[in-house]
Amino acid sequence: MLELENISFEVSEEDDSKEIVKDMSLKLEDGKFIVITGPNGGGKSTLAKVIAGIHKPTSGKIYFEGEDITQKSVTERAKLGIAYGFQQPVRFKGITVRDLICLAAGKKLSVAESCEYLAEVGLCAKDYIDREVNASLSGGELKRVEIATVLARGSKLSVFDEPEAGIDLWSFQNLIKVFENMRKTNRQGSILVISHQERILNIADEIVVIADGKIVKQGGKEEVLPTLVSTEAMASKCNKYNMGGES
Amino acid sequence: MIDQIQQRLLEEVAGLHEVPEGAYNIRANGQLAQRNTTANIDIISKENGTGIDVRIKSGTKNESVHIPVVLSASGLKEVVYNDFYIGDDCDVTIVAGCGIDNCGVQDSEHDGIHRFFVGKNSKIKYVEKHYGSGDGQGKRILNPGTEVTLDEGSLMEMEMVQIKGVDSTERKTTADLAAGAKLLVRERLMTHGNQSAVSIYEVNLNGEKANTDVISRSVAKDNSFQKFDAKITGNTMCSGHMECDAIIMGDAKILAVPQLEANHIDAALIHEAAIGKIAGDQIVKLMTLGLTEAEAEEQIINGFLK
Repeated sequence: MLELENISFEVSEEDDSKEIVKDMSLKLEDGKFIVITGPNGGGKSTLAKVIAGIHKPTSGKIYFEGEDITQKSVTERAKLGIAYGFQQPVRFKGITVRDLICLAAGKKLSVAESCEYLAEVGLCAKDYIDREVNASLSGGELKRVEIATVLARGSKLSVFDEPEAGIDLWSFQNLIKVFENMRKTNRQGSILVISHQERILNIADEIVVIADGKIVKQGGKEEVLPTLVSTEAMASKCNKYNMGGES
Repeated sequence: MIDQIQQRLLEEVAGLHEVPEGAYNIRANGQLAQRNTTANIDIISKENGTGIDVRIKSGTKNESVHIPVVLSASGLKEVVYNDFYIGDDCDVTIVAGCGIDNCGVQDSEHDGIHRFFVGKNSKIKYVEKHYGSGDGQGKRILNPGTEVTLDEGSLMEMEMVQIKGVDSTERKTTADLAAGAKLLVRERLMTHGNQSAVSIYEVNLNGEKANTDVISRSVAKDNSFQKFDAKITGNTMCSGHMECDAIIMGDAKILAVPQLEANHIDAALIHEAAIGKIAGDQIVKLMTLGLTEAEAEEQIINGFLK
């Protein structure tokens, strides 16, 4: 279980400082598929980075399986079982898709084993396994490799920051299947997805709505989803980015 | 003849665990240690004792020549001239390389000058590795010179690697390409400590449809210095591309000087040069996979230089 206790995160620019996450408290139960949604600039991605350890909160505590991990590094959190999928996947010259998946799995995988993860994200493995994770891969391909690295972690908590961003409409159908499948098998433990996509919201056990650095709403899908669609301000945001993701 | 240190150096520079197959000439501490010739490949010592001539008969296919040099005595300085005469229609791999182990206080230096005369339609793969070891104060210095003359329709692929332990190196490679000839250069370089490495390339595209692609990837750490100075000259209808991509770390300095000279309206020449530190995102991504910051850095460098 992941628990955030009064988490705040501030960035300072010269004389000015801006609070992006404001005194946020949140409990994420084990084995759940949770979607965080809300308008752009509301603090969702920042929150995901705070969970992964990329940003250190200005104040507040984070507990993972009862242990205080607030001061733990990205590496330590990864080893404890928190995986994080980037919204903008990183490119590496010379590192192949297979290298990256092996690093993610923490062991040398056979070609067949690495292919399994790629197949799961809809990539024809033999075409990709030896490709470099560099600019020769398209945005959508990179994104799927990114998701495959998170799958290969086999973590207790997997955090995905807008997995749909940069994925074309055709691939999007597959992406939904990836997440539906993940949810069904749930071998990944808890899954936390930041998304604007109604179809992803639709497979959530729980939805958390964040706006202006605060939790506006949290509850079961049945409870929260209808209010999102009926709220005009929220609906316009959701529809606007329905297929393209956050820019 | 070959002691343990020399054997280790041979493994580093030529991947040799035992006596290689095919033709070879192993030079250790300034002396000929072992040699083998084949029906198609002859190796002859120069009369004045300054090096060897390697003669490869026309039509020689799928054979290899190893000519590693190892230095394990401190204070040894040598200049060696090796000439390769390659006939027409060959397909041969040539592995050169120099390993220096210097535990003493005097500088050890090996300057190997290699000249290649590649016949028509021949394919040559040339691999050259440099390696230095030993914790003495004496410097390990390598100044290789390579001159390549490619006849019509020939192809030469050069792989130049220097990853570790060489204190000072100045490499100069010049090439002249006839019609339809192609030169591919892949350079990988890593410097650390107070090392200095200079790479100079001069490629002259003299014949129609001559083509070259020079790609250098390097990592400069600590206080080391690197200079990449490459020039492609297009004298006719031809195409050339060069790329210098460097990662800078610590207090290192890197100077990239790419030059293109077109002397003909149909010469198509391109250069790309980039120097930058390791992107923070790359480190963070690998840390989210459970690597420490140092491990992440190592993986990124290993991949980059692979």
